[in-house]
Amino acid sequence: MKELNSKIPAGPLSEKWTNYKAHQNLVNPANKRKLDIIVIGTGLAGASAAASFGEMGFNVKVFCIQDSPRRAHSIAAQGGINAAKNYPNDGDSVYRLFYDTIKGGDYRAREANVYRLAELSNNIIDQCVAQGVPFAREYGGLLANRSFGGAQVSRTFYARGQTGQQLLLGAYGALSKEIERGTVKMYARREMMDVVLVDGRARGVIMRNLVTGELERYAAHAVVIASGGYGRVFFLSTNAMSSNGSAEWQAYKKGAMMANPCFTQIHPTCIPVHGDYQSKLTLMSESLRNDGRIWVPKNEKVAERLRKGEIKAKDVAEEERDYYLERRYPAFGNLVPRDVASRAAKERCDAGFGVNNTGLAVYLDFKEAIGRLGQKVVEEKYGNLFEMYERIVDDNPYETPMMIYPAVHYTMGGLWVDYELQTTIPGLFAAGEANFSDHGANRLGASALMQGLSDGYFILPYTMQNYLSDQIGVPRFNPDAPEFMEAEKQIREKINRLMAINGKQTVDSIHRRLGLIMWNKVGMARNEQGLKQAIEEIKALRKEFWQDVKVPATSGGMNNELEKALRVADFLEMGELMARDALMRNESCGGHFREEFQTPDGEAMRNDAEYSFVAAYEYQGPDAEPVLYKEELKFENVEVKQRNYK
Amino acid sequence: MANNGLSSITKKLIMAVTGGALVFFLLFHASMNIVAIIKPEGYNKICEFLGANWYALIATAGLAALMVFHLIYAFVLSFQNYRARGKQRYAVVEKQEGVSWASKNMLVIGAIVLLGLGLHLFNFWANMQLPEVLHKLGIHVEEDVMALVADGSHYIVNTFSCTAYSIIYLVWLAFLWFHLAHGVASVMQSIGWNNHVWQNRIEVIGKIIAALIVVLFASVVIYYWLIG
Amino acid sequence: MLNLKLKIWRQKNNIDKGRFVEYNVDNIPEEASFLEMLDILNERLVLQGEDPVTFDHDCREGICGACGLYINGHPHGKYKNTTTCQLHMRKFKNGETITIEPWRSEAFPIIKDLMVDRSALDRLIQSGGYVSVRTGGVPDANSIAVNKHDADLSMDAASCIGCGACVATCKNGSAMLFVSAKFSQLALLPQGQVETYERVQKMVARMDELGFGNCSNTYACMAECPKGISVTNIARMNRQFLAAKIAEPLKK
Repeated sequence: MKELNSKIPAGPLSEKWTNYKAHQNLVNPANKRKLDIIVIGTGLAGASAAASFGEMGFNVKVFCIQDSPRRAHSIAAQGGINAAKNYPNDGDSVYRLFYDTIKGGDYRAREANVYRLAELSNNIIDQCVAQGVPFAREYGGLLANRSFGGAQVSRTFYARGQTGQQLLLGAYGALSKEIERGTVKMYARREMMDVVLVDGRARGVIMRNLVTGELERYAAHAVVIASGGYGRVFFLSTNAMSSNGSAEWQAYKKGAMMANPCFTQIHPTCIPVHGDYQSKLTLMSESLRNDGRIWVPKNEKVAERLRKGEIKAKDVAEEERDYYLERRYPAFGNLVPRDVASRAAKERCDAGFGVNNTGLAVYLDFKEAIGRLGQKVVEEKYGNLFEMYERIVDDNPYETPMMIYPAVHYTMGGLWVDYELQTTIPGLFAAGEANFSDHGANRLGASALMQGLSDGYFILPYTMQNYLSDQIGVPRFNPDAPEFMEAEKQIREKINRLMAINGKQTVDSIHRRLGLIMWNKVGMARNEQGLKQAIEEIKALRKEFWQDVKVPATSGGMNNELEKALRVADFLEMGELMARDALMRNESCGGHFREEFQTPDGEAMRNDAEYSFVAAYEYQGPDAEPVLYKEELKFENVEVKQRNYK
Repeated sequence: MANNGLSSITKKLIMAVTGGALVFFLLFHASMNIVAIIKPEGYNKICEFLGANWYALIATAGLAALMVFHLIYAFVLSFQNYRARGKQRYAVVEKQEGVSWASKNMLVIGAIVLLGLGLHLFNFWANMQLPEVLHKLGIHVEEDVMALVADGSHYIVNTFSCTAYSIIYLVWLAFLWFHLAHGVASVMQSIGWNNHVWQNRIEVIGKIIAALIVVLFASVVIYYWLIG
Repeated sequence: MLNLKLKIWRQKNNIDKGRFVEYNVDNIPEEASFLEMLDILNERLVLQGEDPVTFDHDCREGICGACGLYINGHPHGKYKNTTTCQLHMRKFKNGETITIEPWRSEAFPIIKDLMVDRSALDRLIQSGGYVSVRTGGVPDANSIAVNKHDADLSMDAASCIGCGACVATCKNGSAMLFVSAKFSQLALLPQGQVETYERVQKMVARMDELGFGNCSNTYACMAECPKGISVTNIARMNRQFLAAKIAEPLKK
């Protein structure tokens, strides 16, 4: 049995990172040139890490799945990025950002990591401004801030509704600078197929060139996985089409542990599903909840008439409307955290009050805001979002209320990493959404960008040096070594096996079925019976997949269906682990809601005595149950309380 | 890529500067022509003034140089643009909103303008400045030709009393309008005198200048066509 | 439900000559997006054992810039400020023939079917589309004040998604709108001004080297840009290029 060592430095919370940096080992410039690092993914975490490594003098190879590093899905983040700058002078501090993040995560995150994140948040803003990220400004020329859910201060920096795009383009610029200097070599349209271990350490990867279809072997002294989350297990999510969890999953199968896999964030304000051909869901920024009021009809019959299209939302009289968030949570109203808002919407729809022809939607109404502020102000604040909604739904939100429904958005779980962001495989690091480290059971808005960039710009450059300091004598690895050839052979066999099935079902149709199982049984509300069923159903579906999937052979190397099939093969295994984890965790916390564990009025009930730990799973083989390891969470700097938003 | 050592922006700048200078020449030429309506003798005075004198010859050479550079770079740029577009063309092409026909066909319009210029030089310059120059160089020129080298009014009357010529000239001027309507605004853009405030104004100013030049020229043609 | 006839460019690889293939697709829901319509076609092709149509796409919400199809003579279709993924089938008529082509430009070689290689755009950014600061050691964010109006203009330019529609629609295959948008974003901010003259010269040189055409101010790029990037950015770059060539050497 392995020991999980989180390697948290000694000393008071606020000095841990300073102490770490003061005592870590370094690599001198001449030696850095002899060391190679592979980075998988070019989102905020991957691009910033690769650029920083390059600046330091390491040889970096960076891979992305899209045609350009600038298209990683970080680009789609809308709202903003948190930092404890306290520019508005409203009482913010590093400690307060730390506290809000720990509380928002429902006390399931590691104190030391979160504190470091809060500390580094300020450096991120400085860095991005220096790079020329066009953040919103006040008339005096200084940076503007706005408020976000889960905080009482205004600490979110933003660039219109495109903050993720601008931060990513900043990191992409830094990366491009290093590519031009020759310290970083960029490989686009490549997907990671496997991590190669030599003597127990991560020493390279096998990549599939998506254009030629060839498998390629790359060796290095260390590997960083920054490939994002695995929300597309649910098929429908706000993630991009190529977002996948396969890189993490291969690492898991090679011995890295997966932590808290069941912690999934379901975002409350997305455009509802409109048909079974639908490929993905679109998020509407959380900021809409600042002025929009969420309601469903009070009367089931009215809801039914709305569903049938006999009446319209505006025909429902004011006293006939149930503003259920304001009713249930008078203190926070429509601004309760994401997990709470999502569950409340589901509760109303399950009870038969949902609208839209599917019955799976609630209204987000701006009538009151338009009356109070005037249409012009509302247009200035949310114009682009309203336009986006109208383009998709063909309905004018200034006149009729928007319809929204929760959708899978982010996975807090991921590869288990220690304080240095190293997984349980030496030399294999994980950054950004791919690791589990900072968000506990629920991520606050505007924190994902912060985490990705702090991992890449400010944490990995230090911890990577510390790891590589004793590797300076290790010569470059040969990618033709037997370990590499063996890994490549196994992937080739797997691909051949997939191609040979030649069944009757398309990859997408099976993926869609997996998504339904996940959504219904491992989604917003889970229970023991459903989870047990889900595990069995996923197993059966996996079997069906390997017997009946159809992956057409294509002329030439490019084969989109094969790419999807390889990912879905992994999702079919991942989904099972998520269900197992959800079944194991006999409590409700953050985004993980077990129906058996709720307060009489339907709120999440944590069990701190038994479940205040990180659940890390170790792979044991194709059909064997994984072994659970527990990393106890110690809270020495915050008081653990039940969250209350009433 | 064929760069001729100059960057793309420099080449475009050459187009802009030569084009811009030619616009100034056209403005001058048009205002000079209008004198032919007001007072033909006055017009002839100007013709005399602009005969084979050293300053007029330098200016003519300068004009010719502007034309040549404008032309050479038009072809260089168009050739590069053609290559950059690639061998495969779109099967379906639809007009982009707000994109003028002239802007996409400047080379062709320019070529038509050039043909008209050839005719114009044949009608006027070949009878006026050219014989004077030849004469000064000691080459024999017929006396009746020499007698008329400064009589611009004669050639105006002569040319535009012919309906065919008038129509050809008016068509030529129409093409010139298209060329200038895009060209003038384009000069401003290429040398960088454009911003979000001035963008529409520049477009309008360009069209006004183009219209002014063309109207001045055309009025002389129409006036002599009608009285001829 | 719509019944449509699709004329799609099929090309096996970069060497293949390529040709249009016609497909009749029936029962397309009007709420489906354009790319979902292609998904439906592809799912049917796969079941028939045919090679599905390859096209680039990723975020499907109009921000990543991956998608880009030439639809009925327009990049991203004919609607303003819309990327291909944001185009919905309700904008088409029952029985309509839709011609779908890849971006066509010498700088964007076709990889397969409707997928092209736009790495030239990355190479343009690599030539200088960034502020050359290293990680760490930067001043406090609020030590640099930026005029709000300039910051807004900078953000307008920075909204470019790098889809390449400007190059695709330009009759000259010019990348001036793309380059000038990145240049302007940085030129409008004090952080970017330090190296603005070097940047403009490097980026223009790389643009020429990569075989993009020359801008002839038709402004088709702006008309078709899904993010409405303005050609005044091009004027700014022309101006600064001139300044770099003339004014800067004089200062030294």
